Amino acid sequence: MTNEELKAKLTEWHPEASFEEGGEWVNLVSTTGNLLSLMQQLRQEPSLSFDYLFCLTCVDFKTQLTMVYHLTSTTLRHKLVVKVKLDPKQPEVETVSAIWRTAEFLEREVYEMFGVNFLHHPDLRLLILPDGWEGKNPMRKDYEDPVNMIKL
Amino acid sequence: MYRETDIIQSADQSPEGYMIINVGPQHPATHGVLHLVITLNGETIKKVEPHLGYIHRSIEKMCESLSYRQFIYVTSRMDYLSAHINNHACALCVEKGLQVEIPERAKVIRVLMDELTRIASHELWWGAMAMDLGAFTPFFHAFRERETINDIMEETCGARLTMNYMVPGGVMHDIHPNFQRRVKEFIQLYKSKIHEYDELVTGNIIFQNRMKGVGILSAEDAISYGCTGPVARGSGVSSDIRKVQPYEIYDKLQFDEVLETGCDSFARYLIRIKEMNQSIRIVEQLIDNIPEGDFQAKTKAVLKLPKGEFYTRVETARGELGVYIVSEGGTTPYRIKFRSPGFSNLSVLDKIARGGKIGDLIAMMGTLDLVIPDIDR
Repeated sequence: MTNEELKAKLTEWHPEASFEEGGEWVNLVSTTGNLLSLMQQLRQEPSLSFDYLFCLTCVDFKTQLTMVYHLTSTTLRHKLVVKVKLDPKQPEVETVSAIWRTAEFLEREVYEMFGVNFLHHPDLRLLILPDGWEGKNPMRKDYEDPVNMIKL
Repeated sequence: MYRETDIIQSADQSPEGYMIINVGPQHPATHGVLHLVITLNGETIKKVEPHLGYIHRSIEKMCESLSYRQFIYVTSRMDYLSAHINNHACALCVEKGLQVEIPERAKVIRVLMDELTRIASHELWWGAMAMDLGAFTPFFHAFRERETINDIMEETCGARLTMNYMVPGGVMHDIHPNFQRRVKEFIQLYKSKIHEYDELVTGNIIFQNRMKGVGILSAEDAISYGCTGPVARGSGVSSDIRKVQPYEIYDKLQFDEVLETGCDSFARYLIRIKEMNQSIRIVEQLIDNIPEGDFQAKTKAVLKLPKGEFYTRVETARGELGVYIVSEGGTTPYRIKFRSPGFSNLSVLDKIARGGKIGDLIAMMGTLDLVIPDIDR
């Protein structure tokens, strides 16, 4: 499916969703409430069948945190980027690890690096940071640590 | 990282009296500082929990304060066996943002280097994996060929491991005058020796017994867990980025995507052996056809990417590497994410190891071809 067809189809299903311009793929902006049902639909609908989540990450824009999901289909080969904007003070979003198992590890990484709380995640624990880590999340823009400096 | 109390609690609570074993962080078979907490019932594996972070250098955060020319050098330290391909991915992503068209000569040199890297990486994997299974000799056979590639790299790039040869706009400097002759010599050497690999290891009945039917990974699971590279192709999932979403000149080259449907450790083993032959095929096509011209496009001294998001996917020796750059229009990236193949391939270890025997775990890990700095970043 081309980008235009994909965009038309998604607008038809989710009139409330907005699109971001730029980038080579379609950028769909969803809301925290709609995310899980949207993702399930993207995975299960045969004409879309986004069965492969190839990148899951978070970007700290200071005023908001943006979750970015890169999806593709191993049969149809089209791609889609789904974004969700979160409140940086209390970031919470539903987990997608029940749909794509790879999200389980990727979300654990985002959880410790950005402090995003994934609701209903099966095993939300620290993965990379040392046990008993206290303090801020290292990948946030306001993170400062003069002792263990990671900024060059 | 784990909490000790959690583990003691779960052992106490289990009526069967499960045993917990730590493999690593210092263990020869983990090929680096990987720490696995394994729950066992007798010899049967009930659960494998990886604990990461022992070599985490926060490369993504570091890159946020490095310029678009500088950050590429850090990425050689991620998957150090695919250093060229990591640099290539970053250079491609920056070029995508700058909309620079690079000269044909640079493209061909890049692909040649990528494929030589892939062979060198698979050689090392083959030797190391045989060593994990207790056979020491293959390691020397593998390094005999690998050293030849390293010598070729050293002559052209000045380094044997962290090459830093690809830069935005092309390659850093032209190939060494000896390059073509030495690569051809390497092809001759490789072709005269590759049959030894099959004689020594592939056809070995003990080896086959340890690999066949072990570590079963279905195609659905491979996709769901985000496995790429030889791990996914061993389950019959077509995932070679060079075919799926061709970059540089891969769409003009004659090579096959190797697929196996065995879904077990042996299938993943065969994929890498066959992939080396395909890489040799690519090198043979290109080595006499390096076009004349510039090896670098003209770019500004200080690179500035326009505001926006750029994503490139390339195929490293281990699978799909994604580079995601978010730019705010400055001279440094606002955010960089490296989607590393090892991270997703490691997450499937628990799935394929459950129900297997502890003695097979090392063989399964060997066929996943984990490079720990690539997982930790």
